[in-house]
Amino acid sequence: MIEVKGLVKHYGSKRAVDNVSFSVNRGDILGFLGPNGAGKSTTMKMLTGFLRPTAGTALVNGHDVTRDPVAVKRQLGYLPESAPAYGEMTVEEFLAFIAETRGYRARPEKLSRVNRALDLTQLQSVRTQTIETLSKGYKQRVGFAQALLHDPAVLVLDEPTDGLDPNQKNEVRTLIKTMAAEKAVVLSTHILEEVEALCTRVIIISQGKVVVDETPEALRARQPGARLDAIFRSLTQSER
Amino acid sequence: MSQISPVFKREFLGYFRSPVAYVFFVVFLMASVGLAFFVGQFFRANQASLESYFVFHPWLFLFLIPAVGMRLWSEEKRSGTIELLFTLPLTTLEAVMGKFLAAWAFLAVAILLSFPMAITVGYLGQPDWGVIASGYLGSILMAGAYLGVCSLTSALTKNQVVSFVLSVLACLVLVFLGWSVFNGALSAVLPVWAVDLVANFSFVTHFEAFTKGIIDPKDVAFFLSLTGFTLFLNVVALER
Repeated sequence: MIEVKGLVKHYGSKRAVDNVSFSVNRGDILGFLGPNGAGKSTTMKMLTGFLRPTAGTALVNGHDVTRDPVAVKRQLGYLPESAPAYGEMTVEEFLAFIAETRGYRARPEKLSRVNRALDLTQLQSVRTQTIETLSKGYKQRVGFAQALLHDPAVLVLDEPTDGLDPNQKNEVRTLIKTMAAEKAVVLSTHILEEVEALCTRVIIISQGKVVVDETPEALRARQPGARLDAIFRSLTQSER
Repeated sequence: MSQISPVFKREFLGYFRSPVAYVFFVVFLMASVGLAFFVGQFFRANQASLESYFVFHPWLFLFLIPAVGMRLWSEEKRSGTIELLFTLPLTTLEAVMGKFLAAWAFLAVAILLSFPMAITVGYLGQPDWGVIASGYLGSILMAGAYLGVCSLTSALTKNQVVSFVLSVLACLVLVFLGWSVFNGALSAVLPVWAVDLVANFSFVTHFEAFTKGIIDPKDVAFFLSLTGFTLFLNVVALER
């Protein structure tokens, strides 16, 4: 469903992402791991069509993001890092706006889409509050609701559990798991347990390059008995 | 182009979700009407026309339109919502047009809210309504051109203060080119045709005819093409 082919991004002379390739199938939850500044977010921004790659491309459901970004954006649900939203709008106004841009213009259809998203993310209780008054956990859920609203085939989540308390983290993980069966999910994180709990595949990226692409079990088997973060450290630090 | 309407709707209603709209209406009307009464001698002139109201618009817009335009893109960049907007299925042009038209419509409402001035003139005398209508048309067209410039400068930075200062400077140049004092000074060094050429790029030159009731296609074309050109640069600046 997702095919990333040799993505490269330069910022000036710096190579933020260096020839990253991978593919994700339906039912996969791909965990994107790496130290801060490794190029996780940049890769996701190129995959979702927000940033133009310096070289390479990505295909989502057969649509090329460099040739037809709008078609790719139709297929995707994207939760950007720190879940930006228009703070002066209420939750339901905001989701109605998203529904309209996603093509649900008729009122009954728009309402049912918004309600479904509110139910999935348990936001019904705050639907008439403005987003700027919500706590971080709720804001994150608004970001989720926005990404899920059109029931996309592909979900790209940039640090979906960042800043949440343990209960909320658990809720979000359950939500991702229940939806993953018929979707392809890419999520970035720097919480290693999350990868074990959630992901069917792990990619570790360091200084813009993919250093590991395998199952969490295979990753653990690299150094039997060692903690995951020890493995992570040895993989990402040996590169420096 | 159908994607313009949800962006337009969100942006336009956004002004009224925050105090921006009300503060702007009050300041704009007090300043524009105040200038007409106290500086423009609206009553003492003893003429049934709004010329003394419209004549200050190029100067008033110089500060008030950057105040509206500065947040158009800077705010989206600062809060990160630009990432949300540009991963929705719409093109850069649609987003630029939606936001621009919303801000323009908002400014048009502010300008038209001075209608009690027109009623006063109609009550006290026999004004030429055609001249008043052409004044309003010219003012709204000029507001669009100012706004195009401000939208462009706003797309260049995520800092609203920088955006405001750049907008004022750019607009100041466009006003000064046709200011009689400046042209007088210029004609001492340059031949007449050169001064005319320079003055041709000014808001003031093209706006004056409207206040006298002359709708010259050249003036309409000037404002519309300046608007179009700045919006084109706006799209380029955002896609960079």
